[in-house]
Amino acid sequence: MTYHASSIAVAVFVFFVGIVLGISFYLGSRARSAKGYFAAHGQIGWFVNGVAFAGDYLSAASFLGICGMIAFYGYDGFLYSIGYLAGWIVALFVIAEPIKRLGKYTFADALNAKFNSRGIQVAAAISTLVVSVFYLIPQMVGAGALCTPLLGLPHWAGVVIVGVVVLMIVVTAGMVSTTWVQFIKGSLLVIFCAILTVAILARGFRVTADRASIKPVAATQPSDIPFGGQVVSIGNGDNAVGASTGPLGPVQFLQKINDVRVVQWTAKADAAHPGTTLYTPVEKQAREYMLPGGSSTFKGVRSPKLTDKLDFISLMIALFAGTASLPHILIRYYTVKDAVSARKSTVVGIASIGFFYILTLFLGLGAMTSGRLDPTPAGSNMAAPLLAKTFGELPFALISAIAFTTVLGTVSGLIMAASGAVAHDLMENVFKHHPNENAKVGAAKWTALCVGIVAMALGTLFKDFNVTFLVGWAFNVAASANLPALVMLLFWKRTTKSGITAAIWVGMLSSLAWLLLSGPAYVNIYKLDATRAIAPFSQPGLVTIPLGFIVLVIVSLMTREHAKPH
Amino acid sequence: MTSPPPPSGHIARNARLGIVLFVVYVIIYAGFVALAAFAPSVMAREIAGVNVAIVYGLALIVLALVLAIVYMLLCRDDADRAEDVAR
Repeated sequence: MTYHASSIAVAVFVFFVGIVLGISFYLGSRARSAKGYFAAHGQIGWFVNGVAFAGDYLSAASFLGICGMIAFYGYDGFLYSIGYLAGWIVALFVIAEPIKRLGKYTFADALNAKFNSRGIQVAAAISTLVVSVFYLIPQMVGAGALCTPLLGLPHWAGVVIVGVVVLMIVVTAGMVSTTWVQFIKGSLLVIFCAILTVAILARGFRVTADRASIKPVAATQPSDIPFGGQVVSIGNGDNAVGASTGPLGPVQFLQKINDVRVVQWTAKADAAHPGTTLYTPVEKQAREYMLPGGSSTFKGVRSPKLTDKLDFISLMIALFAGTASLPHILIRYYTVKDAVSARKSTVVGIASIGFFYILTLFLGLGAMTSGRLDPTPAGSNMAAPLLAKTFGELPFALISAIAFTTVLGTVSGLIMAASGAVAHDLMENVFKHHPNENAKVGAAKWTALCVGIVAMALGTLFKDFNVTFLVGWAFNVAASANLPALVMLLFWKRTTKSGITAAIWVGMLSSLAWLLLSGPAYVNIYKLDATRAIAPFSQPGLVTIPLGFIVLVIVSLMTREHAKPH
Repeated sequence: MTSPPPPSGHIARNARLGIVLFVVYVIIYAGFVALAAFAPSVMAREIAGVNVAIVYGLALIVLALVLAIVYMLLCRDDADRAEDVAR
């Protein structure tokens, strides 16, 4: 697949970045205090905060990864949409209001409000750092994936551009500029995806290729690689290229797709000719894509063995439990003035995010039948922009530039969370180093810089992973490390500080260890055979989230008499 | 243990309401996961030409918003805000 840099795309992107940076510098000249830097003075209105939740949460993974996964494997990508949204139920009904009442700048504040313990501060700050860095990896990979088709630059250049722009946003005005970047990005993303969905429905399904013309391909260079997602039949008997269903309503679209026949490609290196990849066409009825279990991530759900099914159940639990444990989401609760605003902004967040996830189904299926899928490993992240390209150069430019802005919004939030963890939790509350406001904000900015550089390095290293898959991992770690502590603190009176500290450490380390010993890590990181992996299934949440709860209860019961007031 | 005063009045009432709605959603979500894992044939059945997997999935997304709005409407706030200030 060869991509040509699109000058419109470059122009749109430069325009977006210019606006975003302009706002940052303007706000940066006014925001100087620590409260301004870490929590936007606590004065963001609930509606803006709610849309900013969408901008914070709808990451490159949601947009690029889910569309790609639906385009290639059908329903499995939509499982992520469902799980990601369901997690907001935990945030709204359980976490939002108490965490707003208890904390100041970070969720470590809230956890520690009752105990004032260094152990909790350290554990919570480290877990914030680990989860944020883990979540940063897929965002950076997404930026790199976009860079090639958008700007005609290599993967690493996209990673560096995003890193540098985000650092400028974060360093100028912290949470104030981050909030507005996320608000703009959240609105743009939802609106343009809605427009694209309308365009998909208005086009309906059409035959994009003649079945007889699709033959196996031996590709020696990128330009030889054939496009996937070719529609060879729309189920009405007329298989001539260009035959179309005409405009469809959303329900009709979901009904008609069952009859569409789609050709995808399987790629295999040619053993006899090094450097040649053989592409074999596989034609399927789209109905087969409309059930869980089509992708390698979820194929266990169709297996008769219980342990294979556990992997699926485990991921669905991690997605559900992970959202309300993500530090970059939790810090948004400190940018509004009170618990009521926290609740209202969560409802606005759920409305915009839920609407977006419904759109992902149509975007993904639109890409599946677009006749413009890139069948290479990095191609799944490109499904949505390539789909936009079938509507013309301008939609492609807009969607690519928005996707790039998407990365900026989420990465800013993550870097803010990490810098709060170091400057506020570790420096001030653990080492009891009380700098003046300026020095504290300065330390936060230096932290942001370091985290940004680490994220750029990791983003280059992990470039062949599907970004949604990596985000699933981050959710596992977040849920295992943070959820038991948050929930038990709120609902179990006998929770002790040692219990919380132990639960965070055990949850974080056990889920990390499990991931690094799982099949996908063996294949993609160590280049070893997946069957040698020690972890029985790849998603740890099913085991490590309950483990966190058990550790918390046991340690709390053991340390009960020590939990006297200081 | 230096615990903050137990939540009272509207805060406690809102929290209880939140838990009830949370449990409702968890049960329906668990039903979805269980069907996908253990009864794939049910997921493949079609309702008006669209399979159960799609209908149930979309319903979960819409239900989240419905419950969120129900919660927002039923929560009582005035006293809650006063308690916040008092603390």
